[in-house]
Amino acid sequence: MFARLGPERRLALIAYLTVGYPRLNVTPSLVEAAAQSGADGIELGIPFSDPLADGRTIQAASQLALQEGMTVVRALETAASARTKTDVPLLFMTYVNPILAFGLERFCRAAADAGVDGLIVPDLPPTESAELRRAADTSQIDLVFFVAPTSSEAGIEAACRAATGFIYCIAVTGVTGARAQLDPTLLPLIETVRRHTTLPIVVGFGISRREHLNALQGKADGVIVASALLDVIAQSPEDPASRVREFLTGLRPPP
Amino acid sequence: MAAVEELAAAFDAAQQDEGFRREFDQLSRSFSGRPTPVYRADRLSARAGGARIWLKREDLCHTGAHKINNALGQVLLARRMGKQRIIAETGAGQHGVAVATVCAKFGLECEVYMGVDDMARQAINVYKMRLLGATVTPVDAGSKTLKDATNEAIRDWVTNVRSTHYVIGSAVGPHPYPLMVREFQSVIGREARAQVLAETGRLPTVVIACVGGGSNAIGIFAPFYDDPVRLIGVEAAGRGLNSGAHAASIVGGRPGVLHGSFSYLLQDEDGQVLATHSISAGLDYPGVGPEHAYLHEAHRAEYVSVTDEQALAAFHQTSRLEGIIPALESSHAIAYAMALAARLAEEDLVLVNLSGRGDKDLDIVRGASGA
Repeated sequence: MFARLGPERRLALIAYLTVGYPRLNVTPSLVEAAAQSGADGIELGIPFSDPLADGRTIQAASQLALQEGMTVVRALETAASARTKTDVPLLFMTYVNPILAFGLERFCRAAADAGVDGLIVPDLPPTESAELRRAADTSQIDLVFFVAPTSSEAGIEAACRAATGFIYCIAVTGVTGARAQLDPTLLPLIETVRRHTTLPIVVGFGISRREHLNALQGKADGVIVASALLDVIAQSPEDPASRVREFLTGLRPPP
Repeated sequence: MAAVEELAAAFDAAQQDEGFRREFDQLSRSFSGRPTPVYRADRLSARAGGARIWLKREDLCHTGAHKINNALGQVLLARRMGKQRIIAETGAGQHGVAVATVCAKFGLECEVYMGVDDMARQAINVYKMRLLGATVTPVDAGSKTLKDATNEAIRDWVTNVRSTHYVIGSAVGPHPYPLMVREFQSVIGREARAQVLAETGRLPTVVIACVGGGSNAIGIFAPFYDDPVRLIGVEAAGRGLNSGAHAASIVGGRPGVLHGSFSYLLQDEDGQVLATHSISAGLDYPGVGPEHAYLHEAHRAEYVSVTDEQALAAFHQTSRLEGIIPALESSHAIAYAMALAARLAEEDLVLVNLSGRGDKDLDIVRGASGA
């Protein structure tokens, strides 16, 4: 994903979609719309009943997707279907329990077979990740870890040592959800993380505006836009693909 | 992660500090009303037939349940850590009331998260918390009970971690919480062990406690680990294990991760956490403390379950026969103790943790009894 952004190191834009939101079968078309509207990667959230790291927007989307009947198997099928529509990297985000219930190895293998490139598990700390790491390595998918403004130097080091693909840098002290302002601690955090890793650094949580992207251009390697995108989908769920196109092209106008 | 690491370090340091332990012991006496007595329940024993039943009277603690032990310990720890704001989750409201009480005593800001369904069925405790100066924040997500209140408290904690300590009310959550809650609650078992020895010259045959998250159970069990004493945890079978409407995580669940610990969990095939049911709000939780999962797998403790109906019967019997109105949570332990006592010999001794009193449950019981 990062290699093809060109020598000027354009900020990678990753769009987050909850699989099965706002309707069970709509996600592949939203992936396609996002990829055509400038997204360099797509994060597909497999809904979980108790999304501890998520604010109201993703909680509501997850609950609705589960009510629609989304399951891990259907999320894998959705990813495989999305894969036929685009070649941008696809990442799964979900909590550890659905993966445990499915089986770590079986899940990583199925994700790789579906064309998924990486995995993000917000409630799995690096210290508990050895088994999933082996499974991810066997299936050759990346396993991403988080750093936060509250992380200790040792915590940052552990995340950087455990991660492949990129480091997910949490922009706020708190849960997901669109914010008006970037936290002032973010840029110093990115600098600290750089000292520990050569992996790309991707910033998420709260990213919702063009100014946020401008402020991070040249500082971070990518951003993840999640709740802000789901918020616009929620405003007109009957035509979510158009909302995704409008929002992403507004966030970063085509060159 | 950084927050739990900071907490673990602070807890370790406090454990080594004699001044901290002295303050905890002193306030446990003067503020919480410890030690609580053990009581020989003759008429319950006679009704059961067989072994003698003794009750550890945690219902006589300040605020009406064992929850004050952990609330006091954790708030003292938060003060040591310089945290000015305290948050908690609550199911039945007993933990929330205990935390609000200790915060009032120390002049700390207190916010308690509570599922809207629990706020409705435990309205008196909501009022008590507000009287004590706490903010009670309704949680409308998911099943609108303890699990969801816990989710919301965790989200608050990660957002306000620099100023705030999160007092988890049961032996659940990430390390160091299960250990810390056990340590603050094991005063129950230490006292009970010494009291039963002093009054009867022997150890109990079996120790029984109800298990939701499992804090009162782990507190009474832990001091008996090295003794030849059976330990039995009683989970909530709700409307019956086959009905799906229950909260028996060990008896009816399988291993999984919720709220930062790997333990038994009520979940569907896809790893989604299931909605639970128990007549007692305090047992209405899909997980269980990881130390109980360990005790179960190591065969050191046995886990059984009791239905709403059986718990209600024990509630009425304990009220009528002993003049003690037990919490519906504790009524689960009493129900199992009476059934077991009938199968044991007269010289056997069954010690039950009467973890709380039933004042909070009167509306529920009145409703269930159609009175």
